[in-house]
Amino acid sequence: MKAGSNLEKVLRDGRFAVTAEIGPPKSASAESVRRHAEEMRGCADAFNLTDNQTAMARMSSIASAVVLIEEGLEPVIQMTCRDRNRIAMQSDILGASALGIKNVLCISGDHQTFGNQKEAKNVYDVDSIQELMILRKMRDEGRVWSGEELEVAPRLFLGAAANPFADPFEFRVARLAKKVRAGADFVQTQSIFDMERFERWMELVRVRGLHEDVHILAGVLPLKSHRVALYMKNRVSGMLVPDAIVERMKAAKDPKEEGVRICVEQIEHLRSIEGVHGVHIMAPMWEERVPEIVRRAKLRPDARIE
Amino acid sequence: MIIGEQKPLQEICAMLEGHQRILVTGCRSCVAICLAGGEKEVGILAESLRLHSDLRGRDWEVTEFTTERQCEKEWVRELSDLVAKSDAVVSIACGVGAQTIQALFPEVRVLPGLNTSNMGAPEEPGVFMEKCGGCGDCVLHLTGGICPIVRCAKGMLNGPCGGSQNGKCEIGHDTPCAWEEIYHSLERLGRLDLLEELIPPKNWLPSRSGGPRRIVRPEAVLTREEKEMRG
Repeated sequence: MKAGSNLEKVLRDGRFAVTAEIGPPKSASAESVRRHAEEMRGCADAFNLTDNQTAMARMSSIASAVVLIEEGLEPVIQMTCRDRNRIAMQSDILGASALGIKNVLCISGDHQTFGNQKEAKNVYDVDSIQELMILRKMRDEGRVWSGEELEVAPRLFLGAAANPFADPFEFRVARLAKKVRAGADFVQTQSIFDMERFERWMELVRVRGLHEDVHILAGVLPLKSHRVALYMKNRVSGMLVPDAIVERMKAAKDPKEEGVRICVEQIEHLRSIEGVHGVHIMAPMWEERVPEIVRRAKLRPDARIE
Repeated sequence: MIIGEQKPLQEICAMLEGHQRILVTGCRSCVAICLAGGEKEVGILAESLRLHSDLRGRDWEVTEFTTERQCEKEWVRELSDLVAKSDAVVSIACGVGAQTIQALFPEVRVLPGLNTSNMGAPEEPGVFMEKCGGCGDCVLHLTGGICPIVRCAKGMLNGPCGGSQNGKCEIGHDTPCAWEEIYHSLERLGRLDLLEELIPPKNWLPSRSGGPRRIVRPEAVLTREEKEMRG
C-alpha cells in the first residue's frame, strides 16, 4: 500500500469505487462541510474537496479535509498548480500528510480569469504532470524535488485528472499515459455526457493497457435543469454535452428527477465498461442528492436518504 | 520585437499635472513597427497634448524628438539639449527606452506614455502576438517551434490541459491553444514522440526568478585602459 487510504484499499481489492465532490464554502465557518459530510456519510469511499474551484477563493481544501476527517470521512484533496509554487506545494503536502490526508488529486486548475479575482497573478511554476513527479518523489524517495532528504516521507495515493472531451482527442490517451508515468495511481475524468466519445477514449486506453496501470474513476454530474446543461455545454471549458441530453432535460416534467435518472443510467452504463474502476460524482450545490443517486445506481443500496 | 500600446491620453495628461515644459519622445525601432511609439505617434501625441493644453489653459510647451534606438545610451545622448529645456519627458518608447533616458538624465522626470506589453511579432497587419516568454532556457526544440511558456495561458510544459477545445484555449474563444498548435506542428514534423517525454519542473533561475538578468560578453567588455582612452 502506498498510502493505506480507504480509496486505495477499495481500488486495490477490485471493488467499484465511489467518490463524491464537496465544494468548500466561501466562509470562515466549516458548518457546510460538516453538513455535507452528514448528508453523504456512507455513500462514497472518499470525498473530494475542490481547491478554489473556478478560481474563486474558498476555504482551503486541506482545512476542509481536516474537518471531514474529524467527521470520520476520508478526504481526497485537490491541489492546483495555479496558486502555489513547488515550495508551497511540498510544504502543503507535508502539512496535509501530518494532518492525516492520504489522497491528493494533482491538477493544473482553472485559469484565474474564470474566477471572481481575474486580476490575480497565477503561479504555474509547475504543471499537473510535474506536480505528480514531485509528490511521487516525496513519497517514494523521501526527498523534496531538489533531492534534499525529508525526515519522514508523506504517504500518498496520487490522483490526476483526465479529460476525454478536450482536444486534440488523439493525444488525450497519450497524455494520460504521461500522467501514469509521472506517478498517477488513479484518475478522475471530466464529467461524462458524451458517452460515445468516452467509450472511444476507453478503447484507446485499453489498447495502451493503461487500465491495468491506473484506476480510472469516471466523472458524472447530475443535471438540475436544461439551463445547467446548456451552461455546461457552452460555458464550461473542456465539456461536451450532446444536444440529446439538453433536449431530454428540456422536455422533462420534473427536470431534477430527470437529471438524477440520467446520472443513474450513466453510472449503470459506466460500470459495464472494461477498465472503469469507479465513479466520481460531482454535484456542486446539490450534494444532498448524491445518496439517492448511489442508492438508485445500486452502488450503495443501503445509502441513507434524507 | 517589443510590442507596446500607448496609454490613454487622459492618463498621460494626469501624469503631466504640475509640469510645464514637456518633451515627447519615441523610438524608431520595435514600437514604431507596432504603431505605438514611432515618429508618427510622437507627432500625434505631442499635438494632442498641445490641444489639451490649449483647451484646458495649461500653458504647456511641448517639444518632440524620436530617437533611433531609445535603449542605447549612444542614441539617447542626442536628447541632451532638449532634456535640458524640459521638466518632464514622456517616453512612448518601451520601458527599456524610458529607463535609459532616466539613467542618463537623473534630474528630469521621465513618464511612461506607453505600456510595454511583450516580446512578439506582427501576426497580420495591425495584429501583434506575444511569442516569447524570455525564460532564459529555450525549449522550442521540444515543442515544434512554438513557445509554451508564454503562448499557453498556464505556461505548461506537459500540455495541453483539459481546457483545450476546438483549437482554443479555455481563457477565451479568440486565443489559440498553444499545445494544440504544438501537437500539430510535431505531427507535421513526424516528431510526436517528443510529446511522450515527461518534461520535468523547469529551472526558472535563468528567468525572472533569478533576479534581474545580466549577460556579460567578456570579449566586448572594455578594459580600464580602454575606458580611460574613451573618456
